[in-house]
Amino acid sequence: MAIDVRREVPAPRARGSFLSDPKFRSVLYQVLVVGGVILVGWYLVNNTLSNLARQNIATGFGFLGRESSFAIGEHMISYSAADSYGRAILVGILNTIKVSLLGIVAATVLGTIVGIARLSSNWLVRKLALVYVEALRNVPLLLQLFLWYAVITESLPGPRQALQPVEGVFLSNRGFKIPTPSDHPAWDAALLAFLLALVISWIVQRRSAALQARTGRRLPVGIITAGLVIGLPLLTWGGFGAPLVFDVPRLQGFNFVGGATLTPEFAAMLIGLTTYTAAFIAEIVRSGIQAVSWGQTEAASALGLRPGLTLRLVVLPQALRVIIPPLTSQYLNLTKNSSLAVAIGYADLVSVLNTSINQTGQAIEGVALIMACFLTISLGISIFMNWYNKRIALVER
Amino acid sequence: MTKKILLAGAALLSLGVASAAQAGPTVDAIRQKGFIQCGSNTGLAGFGNPDSAGNWKGLDVDYCRAYAAAVLGDASKVRFTPLSAQQRFTALQSGEVDVLARNTTATLTRDTSLGLEFAPVNFYDGQGFMVQKSLNVTSAKQLAGATVCVQPGTTTELNLADFFRANNMQFTPVVIESQDEVVSAYFSGRCDVYTTDASGLAGTRASVAPKPEDHVILPELISKEPLAPAVRQGDPQWKDIVTWVHYAMLEAEEKGITQANVDQMMTSADPTVQRILGVTGEMGKALGLDNKWAYNVIKAVGNYGEVFERNVGAQTPLRLERGLNALWTKGGLQYGQPVR
Ligand SMILES: N[C@@H](CCC(=O)N[C@@H](CS)C(=O)NCC(=O)O)C(=O)O
Repeated sequence: MAIDVRREVPAPRARGSFLSDPKFRSVLYQVLVVGGVILVGWYLVNNTLSNLARQNIATGFGFLGRESSFAIGEHMISYSAADSYGRAILVGILNTIKVSLLGIVAATVLGTIVGIARLSSNWLVRKLALVYVEALRNVPLLLQLFLWYAVITESLPGPRQALQPVEGVFLSNRGFKIPTPSDHPAWDAALLAFLLALVISWIVQRRSAALQARTGRRLPVGIITAGLVIGLPLLTWGGFGAPLVFDVPRLQGFNFVGGATLTPEFAAMLIGLTTYTAAFIAEIVRSGIQAVSWGQTEAASALGLRPGLTLRLVVLPQALRVIIPPLTSQYLNLTKNSSLAVAIGYADLVSVLNTSINQTGQAIEGVALIMACFLTISLGISIFMNWYNKRIALVER
Repeated sequence: MTKKILLAGAALLSLGVASAAQAGPTVDAIRQKGFIQCGSNTGLAGFGNPDSAGNWKGLDVDYCRAYAAAVLGDASKVRFTPLSAQQRFTALQSGEVDVLARNTTATLTRDTSLGLEFAPVNFYDGQGFMVQKSLNVTSAKQLAGATVCVQPGTTTELNLADFFRANNMQFTPVVIESQDEVVSAYFSGRCDVYTTDASGLAGTRASVAPKPEDHVILPELISKEPLAPAVRQGDPQWKDIVTWVHYAMLEAEEKGITQANVDQMMTSADPTVQRILGVTGEMGKALGLDNKWAYNVIKAVGNYGEVFERNVGAQTPLRLERGLNALWTKGGLQYGQPVR
């Protein structure tokens, strides 16, 4: 234990030895501990490097610039085997972020619904939610991933017999193929219009809040937002003559070409991570809601609020303060669990770096990179959630 | 308190380091523990595969038995560590296994940057493609646009990308680490093609395919895969033993010494046979072994041809030809250096 030196009463130097001086001793101990840690660290690094050199194992990060020579199935930025290891790793990082972020959003939505269902006054809904939570959180995630992957690849037909639920949409064991808007200025303009609509809606929402604070009346925000977000892009697109230009997937040779693909690996990861984490989030949401005293609900209904509004305006905002810290942990867990991707062939950070480690033999560098990347992503999530936590805490009166 | 923990930590550390530094030559360590720890496949028919009773079988497995026979005089004194393609080199580097006999391709990068050394090639192979028969593909050149299942950390993964690049074709890789999972992804139809060493394709088709006749192995071999056992760098004696066990098995085949006749051969008048079997000369001693080392090897597993035929040859489900692996006298590449 460090002692706060400033508040120290001058120590009686009874026996005269400086060793019995508490101030000196506390400094001495701290110096010893820090020195020891540095020494051990230096020793380990030094030992590792000299051992690697003795065994003739390559070291250093020079490999990052070399050609990777391996292909990656799924990439958000352009990538080929002629690109560098560095770029391959970037592809992996982006894939990890993609599945983590989408998983976090989906798990939050699903978890909140299940958590509220756990408290439903309907017996069947309540029990179903309970079964969901207990079933999913008590089976190892890896098994669930294998299961989802097997369900997708084994139960869906091959590309030549693909199911076509809607014209142009195909479902096969190669994934879920959907048409995408092909290159046309109308689509770009519509996208811009959509973003603009979001901004305007946000302004309207703030105006409405200010208005409500002053006069107690609200603008019909929901209708305005919906109208803007749907109407504005539609109108813009119509202004270009409503061109129906799509890149529709079609069978060519072995597989579909064109359109966008949701691969079985990504789908299995996303479903697995979402449903698993949602079970934990449901419990957090349930306990958060239960932490809000029942009197709040009674007071709200005494004021004439309907149950739905009570939940949304009174209970959930207060529950959030209890929910956010453990929720942050679940977000971090989901992100770290995404490293199980390697088992079912989703090209996440770990999978790409494992391959790089094996092709270059540079395990220590590779593992260090994996740790650094996860640390960065996790810290990013933590910082954001802490910021959000502070923000909602400020509302407290 | 802190000091005590520090001290304990330091003591532990120095212990770990001391034992690592003093670990003598591999052979001493093997004699001391009484068995060889052999890095093997997690399950590849014909090369390294535990049967239902847990007995390991395969060409690489027999090599491990041969090393045990040479060093310890008893082919059963060997323990197997199943290793995936990704785990194998780290396992060898860290000393977890004494030797890696696991259909591993010798390449320049592996030789120079992984701190290991390759023994002579015990199986000349090449990479091939297996596809569903119903796709009516007859040549690898028709695979443009295909989805290909492959294991990471292999030369396979690299050759695959090279091949498609060289032929200006696109493909989608599905990369799964575990052999079981990647193979089941192929058989479930997730991929059009499964690619690995041709021997591995034969083994997988023979032992895992629900219906072997539904799958064809395309004629092209797209790479050279010289599969060789590997040891850690820095122990020349152990490397020599692993090397010469292979040559002795080749020499034995050339001289017609078999598992069955090795005892009669002890009385052979041929001086080469006498030297191999340790009747004359001090070949074993030069390797730091008993002079009966090669006798023990042949008695335990047979000569190279016998090991080949027993595990991957025409009478096995793999039905592989000797091909490149025939003796040099029969037009193959297996050329045993003289045991003298
Ligand atoms: N010879 C190639 C490929 C070796 C390899 O790992 N092949 C696969 C497919 S035949 C295998 O043995 N997998 C079994 C396992 O992972 O245990 C190399 O050395 O990179």
